Amino acid sequence: MSRGPHRLPRGGRIDRERRLRFFLDGRPLHGFAGDTLASALLANGITLIGRSFKYHRPRGFLAAGGEEPNGLFTLGTGGRTTPNVAGTLTELHDGLTAVRQNGWPSVNFDLMALTSWAAPLLGAGFYYKTFMGPRRGSWMFYEPFIRRAAGLGRAVHEHDPDRYETRHLFTDVLVIGAGSAGLAAARAAGLAGARVVLAEQDSLLGGRLLSAGIDGAGEHWRVRMCESLRRLANVEILRRTTAIGLYDGNTVALVERCGNDRLDPDRDEARESVVTLRARAIVYATGAMERPLVFNDNDRPGVMLASAAQSYLNRFAVSMGRSAVFATNNDGAWRTALELAASGTAVTILDQRKTVDGTLCQLAHRAGVAVQTGTLLTRALGGRAVEGVLFTMAGSTRARRLQCDLLCVSGGWSPTLHLTSHTGIKPVYMAAIDAFVPGGFAAGHFGAGAVMGEFSLVAAIDAGSEAGLSAARHAGYTGAVDQCVVAQEADAPYRVEPALAPAPSGRGKAFIDFQNDVTTRDLMIAHQEGFVSVEHLKRYTTLGMGTDQGKTSNFNAIRLSAAERGLEIAAAGTTTFRPPYMPVSIGALAGRNIGQHFRPIRRSPLHDWHVENGAALIEAGPWLRAWYYRWAGAGVKSAYVAEMQLVRSGVGLADVSSLGKIDVQGPDAAEFLNRLYVNAFAKLPVGKARYGVMLNDDATVLDDGTCARFAETRYFITTTTAQAEEVISRLEFLLQTAWVDLDVQVVPLTDEWCGMSVAGPKARSALGLALPDQDFSDSSLPHMGCREIDLAGVPLRILRLSFSGELAFELYVPADHGVALWERLLARAAPLGIRPYGLEALASLRIEKGHVAGLELDHRNTIDDLGLGKMAAKDKHFVGCALRERADLRAPQRWSLVGLECLEPTAKLRGGAILFASDDPIAGHGRGYVTSVTWSTVLAKFIALGLYQGGLNHEGQEVVCAYPLKGEQVRARIVSPIFIDPNAERLRV
Amino acid sequence: MLRIPCPNCGERDYTEFRYAGDATKQRPAHGSGDLEAWHDYVFLFDNPQGAHREYWQHVLGCRQWLVLERDTATNRVGRAVLARELVKQ
Repeated sequence: MSRGPHRLPRGGRIDRERRLRFFLDGRPLHGFAGDTLASALLANGITLIGRSFKYHRPRGFLAAGGEEPNGLFTLGTGGRTTPNVAGTLTELHDGLTAVRQNGWPSVNFDLMALTSWAAPLLGAGFYYKTFMGPRRGSWMFYEPFIRRAAGLGRAVHEHDPDRYETRHLFTDVLVIGAGSAGLAAARAAGLAGARVVLAEQDSLLGGRLLSAGIDGAGEHWRVRMCESLRRLANVEILRRTTAIGLYDGNTVALVERCGNDRLDPDRDEARESVVTLRARAIVYATGAMERPLVFNDNDRPGVMLASAAQSYLNRFAVSMGRSAVFATNNDGAWRTALELAASGTAVTILDQRKTVDGTLCQLAHRAGVAVQTGTLLTRALGGRAVEGVLFTMAGSTRARRLQCDLLCVSGGWSPTLHLTSHTGIKPVYMAAIDAFVPGGFAAGHFGAGAVMGEFSLVAAIDAGSEAGLSAARHAGYTGAVDQCVVAQEADAPYRVEPALAPAPSGRGKAFIDFQNDVTTRDLMIAHQEGFVSVEHLKRYTTLGMGTDQGKTSNFNAIRLSAAERGLEIAAAGTTTFRPPYMPVSIGALAGRNIGQHFRPIRRSPLHDWHVENGAALIEAGPWLRAWYYRWAGAGVKSAYVAEMQLVRSGVGLADVSSLGKIDVQGPDAAEFLNRLYVNAFAKLPVGKARYGVMLNDDATVLDDGTCARFAETRYFITTTTAQAEEVISRLEFLLQTAWVDLDVQVVPLTDEWCGMSVAGPKARSALGLALPDQDFSDSSLPHMGCREIDLAGVPLRILRLSFSGELAFELYVPADHGVALWERLLARAAPLGIRPYGLEALASLRIEKGHVAGLELDHRNTIDDLGLGKMAAKDKHFVGCALRERADLRAPQRWSLVGLECLEPTAKLRGGAILFASDDPIAGHGRGYVTSVTWSTVLAKFIALGLYQGGLNHEGQEVVCAYPLKGEQVRARIVSPIFIDPNAERLRV
Repeated sequence: MLRIPCPNCGERDYTEFRYAGDATKQRPAHGSGDLEAWHDYVFLFDNPQGAHREYWQHVLGCRQWLVLERDTATNRVGRAVLARELVKQ
C-alpha cells in the first residue's frame, strides 16, 4: 500500500519518495516525510485519537496547529517518554512511537466512558465541592475515583538520556512568526541593515500560505521571500522555534526543537534548546487562530476547524470525508469549502448569517456547493465519528437533519495575542472582526498581519514590511528598503457576525473548552454560584487551563459569559495570558544544569591531590571539600576522631583554601579596618595578625576572621568560607557609597591563594623541617605573628594563628603552587608523622576550643550573645556600634552561647536538638537549640555548642536535648563553651 | 529579564548583578550615635510605586556599586550611575 486510504493521489507538501514507518499504540503505520503525526494518522483513516479529560468522550483532531486541544499523545519510550504532546505539531519521523492517552483499558474501548453517567459529579467546581460535602469525608471517598478518571498522559521516572541546551542570542530585530507578515517584516528589517532573527514554530516558512494551494500567487510570493531572506546574511532564521515568553528588557524565551529524526550523539546534538534572546525591537507576526462553534456534541471526532481541514487537504493531501458540512459565521470558511468541493467532497455550507456576499454565493453555486443561510447548528450526530448534523432555520424551531462524515466549523478568527499579553498589553475588542487585538505597543514593539486583525494577504504583507522597517529604524538602521508586493488582487474584506450558540438543552453537551471538558452548563452553574468575572470563571471551571491554555476556548467563553451577564463582550474583560505560550519540556528548561552540573562547584587548588590520596569529599555550600582521609579510618565516625587525636598529640595538615581572602591596600587602610572591626585595629603593628569580628548595621554579627598587616599600607583579611562573598561586597559598599573619602582598595583573592593549616604540638618542628632557612621560634614568630617570605621566587605568607586550639600556622601561597607546598610539608615532616586531616576534624577541634563558626553565626546573634562582647572597643566607632545599644539586644534572657556536655554514656547529642530546662514540659520551641556537636577526644564524651536562653547564667544546670523527629531526649549539662585549655597555654609554646 | 546599563561594562543581564536595596536612604555619618537615625536607615523602608532608585552591585563584572533608576510599577529601567560618583557630587 503506497498511500493511506485517505491520502489524495497527488498534491501536498509531502515527500512521497520518503515513506516513514511509525507506531500508534504499538501498531505499525506509514506516512511520508513532511507529515505531522496528526496528518499521518488522518491519512490512515484514524480519527479517534483520545479520550477526554473528565468524561472520557471520544475525541478527534480539532485543529492542525498548536491550538489543538484534543490530539495529545505520549511520544517515545523509556527515559525519552514525553506525555501530552500535540500530534499536530509533531513532525513524523521514521520509527516514531505514539500512544493515545487517557483511555482504560484502551482508547477504542474505554470503560471509563461510564463516567459520562457520573457527569453530575464532575461539573463546575466539582473538585472544590468534594472538599465540603455532602458529608464529612467526601473528599476521601471521591479522590481516588477523580484521580483515576481525570487526567492526561503520565510522566516517567526514568532518566532522560538526551541532551538539552541553553543558549543566548542578541539581535536588533526579532520577528516572531514567519507567515506573510513575518516574512515581509524580516525582509524589510534585513534590507534596512539590522541583524534580524526570524523565529518560526513550524518546520517550514509561510504560515497560512502553507495551507493554501501550491500554484497560487501567494505561493510564488512565499518562495520568492524565502529566497531573498536566504540571501541576507544578517537574517538568522530559526525554524521549529517557538517564542514561549516575553520578559522585561525585551528579553524573549524561545524553545528550539531539533529537526533531526534521531540525534547524533557524536555531534552532541540537543533535543531541545532554550534560547534567551535580547532584541532591540520586536515584531509580532503571530497570526490568528480559528475558533470553533459551540453546539451540542460539538466534540465528536470528525468535527474540525475549517482552517484545519484546509491544512490537511492542501498541505498534507489528506481527504477527511466524502460529504462535508461547513458551519460558519464568516467568509473565511467559504474558500476552504470551495477547495474541498474541488477535491471531490460533497459540501454543504450552513451559514448563520441571513445574507452573504453575492460573489461567494455565485462561486459556491458554480462549484456545486449547497448553501443554507440563516441557520443555527444545534447538534452533531454520531458517537465515535460524526454522522450528521441537526440545525434550525431562522424563525423556526424545527430541527433539520443533514448527513455528513466531516463537520467543518468556523466561529471567526482570534488574533494570537498571547505574547503581547505577556508584556502587559491589554487586549481590546475590535468589532469589525469580532475579536480582541493587542491594545497598543510600547516603543520598539510592532505588530503586523493577522495578529492586528489584518486578515488579507495583501494587507498583511504591507503591514509586515512597514513593521519590519519601523523596527529596524528603532534599532538605528537607515538602509533603503524597496516595496515587496504579491501579484494578487486585494482580497474582499473579511466579514463576520458574532457566533450564535443554541440554548443548553437536556440532550448532549456543548463544549466550550475541549481539553478540560467544560460545557455551557458548567458556565451557567458557575454564574449561578457567583463565579462571574472571567478570572473567577476560569479558576472555578478550569476553563482555559491545561496544555492548550484555552487557545480555542478563550473567546467563546468570554462571549458566552458576557451574554450570561448581559454585558457587551468588550466590557466583559479577558483573562491574562502568561508564559509559556506553548508547553515546554522540563528538560529544555533545565538544560545542562542537571546532575553534577545542577549548580557550579568550587574546588580547592588541592582538590585533585585530595581525590588521589584517599580523601572522602563533602559538599560545604558551593565547595567540594576533603571531609576525612582514609588513612584515619574507613568511615567518617572513626576517621575524624583519629584525625583529631593526630592534631592534639602530633601534627596535622588541613586545606583551608575555601576561607575568604581579601587584599586591603591604601594609605587609609588602617582607618578603614578600624571602622570595620569591633576591636581596635588602628595600632596593629606590621608583622602581626589579629582576630576580628565585623557586625551588620543592625549589630548582629556579620563575620569573624583574621587580619594580618604585612606592610604599612597593606593588609590581608581572611573571612569564613560561608560569608566570603558577603564580606567583600560589604567592604565595597562602604568604600563606594559611604566612605568615598577613604583612599583604600579591596580585592577579593579567594581563588588566587591556596591556604593550609599546620596544627599540633609538633607544628613548629614540622615547619622547621619543611622550611629550614626560616626561624619559627616563639620569639621570632610569636602567637599572632605573621611573615611574608620568598620561597624560590614564590611569595609565601605565614600566619601563626590557631583554630584548633593547638600551636598552629596558616600558610598561603599562590594557588598554582599549593600542591607543591602541601607535598613538601608532608614529605619533609614525614618523620614527625604528619598527615592530612579533613573538614570534619577541623570543625570538631574548634568545638572543643569553643570557637564559633557558621552554625553559630546565624545573623541573629550579637557579639554579646556569642560571648565576644569584651572584644568591642569602647573608645571608637565601628559598624553596628550605634544599634548595639538597643535595650532588646542587652536583655538577659537572650539566647546566647553555651557549651553542653552529654550526661548519658550511651547516648549522643544531635545538632538541631531543642533545649529544655530539666523540669520543662517537652513541647514548643524550647529555650534554645544545639548548634554543633562532636565527640571530644580529650574529654571522651559527646560535647556540643548551643544557644540557650540566658546562656551561661545557667552554667552547671541540667537540660534536656530533645530531638522529636527521632523521639530522643538526652540529658546534658550547661558548661563553659571552652572545653580545653581555657588559658590558651598550648598556643604560646 | 531586566537589562542594566552598567556605566563601565555596558548593558548586561541583571543576573550579573546583585540587588542591594534602597538607594534613596541616607546612611548616617560614621561616628553618629543617633539611634533614631540609624533605626530609620536600617529598618524603615518605603515601598514606592513608580520611579525609584536602587543599589545594584555588578558582582560578576566590574564589582562597582551602581544607583539604578527603576520604575517599580512598570519595571522599566532607566539610567545607572556609579554610586561613588553620586556621593562626590
